[in-house]
Amino acid sequence: MNPMQTKAVPPALEANNLAVKLGGKQVLNIAELQVNKNEVLVIIGPNGSGKTTLLLSLALLIKPASGTITYQGYASSKNTATLELRRKLAVVFQEPLLLNTTVWNNITLGLRARKLPVEEIKARTEKWLARFGIADLAQRQAKTLSGGEAKRVSLARAFALQPDVLFLDEPFNGVDSPTRQALMEDFGSVLRETNVTTVMVTHDRSEALMMAHRVIVLINGSIRQMGTPPQVFSNPVDEEVANFVEAGNIMHGVVSSQSEGQALVDVGGLRLDVVSNLSAGAKVTMFLHDDDITISLPAAQTQLSSARNHYTGKISKIFPTGSQIRVTVDCGIPMVALITKRSWEELSLKIGDTVIVSFKASSIHLIPK
Amino acid sequence: MGIIVDGIKQAFLLLIHGDKQMLQIAWLSLVVSGTATILSLLIGIPLGSILGLAKFPGRRVVVSLVNTGMGAPPVVVGLIVSIFLWRQGLLGFLHLMYSPGAMIIAQFIIAFPIVAGFTLAAMQQLDPKLRLQITALGVSKIQLVWQLLLEARLPLMAAVMAGFGAVISEVGASMMVGANITGQTRVMTTAIVGENSKGNFALAIALSVILMAIVYLVTLLLTMIQQRNKVR
Repeated sequence: MNPMQTKAVPPALEANNLAVKLGGKQVLNIAELQVNKNEVLVIIGPNGSGKTTLLLSLALLIKPASGTITYQGYASSKNTATLELRRKLAVVFQEPLLLNTTVWNNITLGLRARKLPVEEIKARTEKWLARFGIADLAQRQAKTLSGGEAKRVSLARAFALQPDVLFLDEPFNGVDSPTRQALMEDFGSVLRETNVTTVMVTHDRSEALMMAHRVIVLINGSIRQMGTPPQVFSNPVDEEVANFVEAGNIMHGVVSSQSEGQALVDVGGLRLDVVSNLSAGAKVTMFLHDDDITISLPAAQTQLSSARNHYTGKISKIFPTGSQIRVTVDCGIPMVALITKRSWEELSLKIGDTVIVSFKASSIHLIPK
Repeated sequence: MGIIVDGIKQAFLLLIHGDKQMLQIAWLSLVVSGTATILSLLIGIPLGSILGLAKFPGRRVVVSLVNTGMGAPPVVVGLIVSIFLWRQGLLGFLHLMYSPGAMIIAQFIIAFPIVAGFTLAAMQQLDPKLRLQITALGVSKIQLVWQLLLEARLPLMAAVMAGFGAVISEVGASMMVGANITGQTRVMTTAIVGENSKGNFALAIALSVILMAIVYLVTLLLTMIQQRNKVR
């Protein structure tokens, strides 16, 4: 190789020919994967596709059967997940996994293990407690915390380590909806502020869309598609990926009016009622989960509902997935809804029928463009 | 019934007067069983931790041996220790037979599988992801084990109680390797057996009451430590 060859900034982390076996069965087979410096890489995929296994392998917590993982040129071969290398990483699991002691001791444990000066441990811990809005919880016993509070402690614990690479496994799963929104906002702003290289696993496509610089679609233990969120969500490479990413509706629109946190957004002729503080004229990308949409017959329209959005359209496509059916309704723009087989039969629907699709204003995840 | 009342009365009198022989027997019981328990913690907790956390060939065999050891009859342990410590035995040169040292060895062999077994169970009931999380915080192997032991501290106190409870109440091994020699190797349990066989029921009951009181007080102390940090 030509030594004079100029190389771009080396990736923060690189995996080559990575194979992981669990109980004798190969669950992961990654030919090549790079995580660039300062990027947020989100791994998505259906349940059981090996997302968590990939994350834990990259974080040096699972020994691969073969292959290499390299951190900024520093190779970690099979058996040399050195402590030194590990101390450049931080991992946040799905469960907060706090130790049975005070919040303070939880956050300082990793810092104490690194033998940092006492003043620095104190300064960092105070900073990150404050940053996640939990300074008043410092002396509380971890097991007395609520789910949302515990999650904040586990995030603060990871950021206090000031890692080169941050790994997160479904960090917002199992947190109830209003808490989750606040948590994601705080986390998002910290992420932008620190600019830390991040690898995050999620099965939630809206999270990927909102946070990722790049997305990896993992299916059956191998990378099926890799690219920016628009590339992956708009141009899935094959039917399996399509099946997974199309499980939601992505819409592009412009805010036409705003009053008290309720915005109207124009999307291809439709006017959607959305919860947002954005003012008129803002361009937005919206994500709506297929299971947040309900389908009803036109006759039932007289029934009042709390859903703010109702649109009439014709069923154009159906796709059975196990006990559920994915129904595409053409309302001027296609809307994909997930309904149970039983509802499908009870409403005695078929392709070409006119139906009403409804969803709440708060079901729409919105990001400014 | 008269015997029981008499026995309790006598136990009360012995305690009030601080009977010297009585105190000596009780003290020796505590020293022998306490030492054996401490030794069994020093070996049993690391052994149980390794069995609970590490994967190595033959691990299952060792676990099954520990589990068998948890139920080993004290007389069998006494017999084996006797064979080794006997004058012509492999360790006969130590001249430990019929000494408190021999009793400590026997009781240690009874207690350490119990401590190891409880430690193993305590480690295995921890969330396996907790181990990954602590590792991911960048701690050393030794710090990891220490943190996991801290997490398992409540069930570990049960290991201490079970180990101590087994040896303070054990009689077969102490009898065989100690021989219940007055003023030298006589402990509460062997004294009770001795008094009972002499038909001295009242004294046997008195000793039993005191033994129960000792077991209760020690267990109470350990329980208080165990439940100290418990949040209601």
